[in-house]
Amino acid sequence: MEYTGDHAGAGTYLDAATAAPLHPVAREALLAALDDGWADPDRVYASGRRARRLLEAAQAAAAESLGVRPDELSFWPSGTAAVHAAVLGGLAGRERAGRMLVHSAIEHSAVLHCAAWHGAAAEVGVDRQGRLDLDAWHRAVAADGIALAALISASHEAGTVQPVAAAAEAAERAGVPLYTDAAQSVGRMPVPPGWALLTASAHKWGGPPGVGLLVVRKGARWRSPYPGDDRHRPQAPGAPNLAAVVAAAASLRAVRAEAATEGVRLSALVGRIRERVAATVPDVEIVGDPVERLPHLVTFSCLYVDGEALLHALDRAGFAVSSGSSCTASTLRPSHVLAAMGVLSHGNVRVSLHRGTTEADVERFLAVLPGVVRDIRAEAGL
Amino acid sequence: MTTLDCLGQRCPLPVIALARAIPTVGVGDTVTVLADDPAAANDIAAWCRMKGQRLVEADGTRFTVRRIS
Repeated sequence: MEYTGDHAGAGTYLDAATAAPLHPVAREALLAALDDGWADPDRVYASGRRARRLLEAAQAAAAESLGVRPDELSFWPSGTAAVHAAVLGGLAGRERAGRMLVHSAIEHSAVLHCAAWHGAAAEVGVDRQGRLDLDAWHRAVAADGIALAALISASHEAGTVQPVAAAAEAAERAGVPLYTDAAQSVGRMPVPPGWALLTASAHKWGGPPGVGLLVVRKGARWRSPYPGDDRHRPQAPGAPNLAAVVAAAASLRAVRAEAATEGVRLSALVGRIRERVAATVPDVEIVGDPVERLPHLVTFSCLYVDGEALLHALDRAGFAVSSGSSCTASTLRPSHVLAAMGVLSHGNVRVSLHRGTTEADVERFLAVLPGVVRDIRAEAGL
Repeated sequence: MTTLDCLGQRCPLPVIALARAIPTVGVGDTVTVLADDPAAANDIAAWCRMKGQRLVEADGTRFTVRRIS
């Protein structure tokens, strides 16, 4: 079968927070590792040993990028799989201490699904900017029977950076390990201190999709929540997608090397979007903390505008963005993050930039947006 | 008192209806919106905050807003 589909890069792609375009280093490593890493790394013959060496090199490189020990890090079949392993394995490992999961109201839905599946969870709210209510967090983690506390490193929808170090300190004082979902910040910002478990997802930083990272620090309790695996050290069941793992580790090192300059460049572009949208689109609410935020992500909501109509109009104009509005969600509910913040949820757009995003891309988006919003409002008779 | 029946309507329609109705009542008077879209509670409250009006009642699918400016 010959693949003749459209190039995914056609148009202007502004949804890196969902999946960043493949980094050239990831592509190069992926192709090289496809030839070299097809064997099962658990086998003792020569090709198996070669695969084992590749896996261990990838593990060492990724661990170095995150500032952890190689034996603390494992690869999983996706970011979501890593989240499930972290939450369910973290809870299972602390069964004797308690059953309860404490989590922020703005966790990724993968964490919330684990909470619902587990059945014993308490939620801690955020302020209008999307920042964790630390006082409520202190009280929540100090309650009896808390097994694990979960806090996202920075909101994947609002961009607001969370007080992970302070939250971890509060949890530690209560003897509770902290899990942080660092999917949006790894490769872009320094890893915060204090956590016991961390996860990340390669396609958020320009690695291939289908690679999740789980770090369980030495001394943290973790027990596999899956059948047929009693390994004390976390490892995904089944053979790893070694080529993708190698590409993920290589691209993480590459994006970390670029992070300081790219962070400054993208953050300035995001700052420009925040200011210009507020100035040129009437009745708009720019969401999240204007300063303590991710460098590459901005969200805003346009009053009286249907989110789905806005997404389609921007798509027709050649821009790929995402939305937290209810009409664009599979659940037909507004984003739980926007609802927890108490900000407008309809007419919502999330723009997230990547290393391929140019100033000209942003300027074109900013030139097109006011007219797109005006047309949708006019159709509604406003 | 004005009541808007927006049951069955998807957001942002209830908020648009509210925005249209508020200028038709006097300052100090209220508009009640009946809306069952899951985003209504959040978005009517957000509209009041953005537009400087006051949400005086939010009870299930019933939202009452007082015009204060």
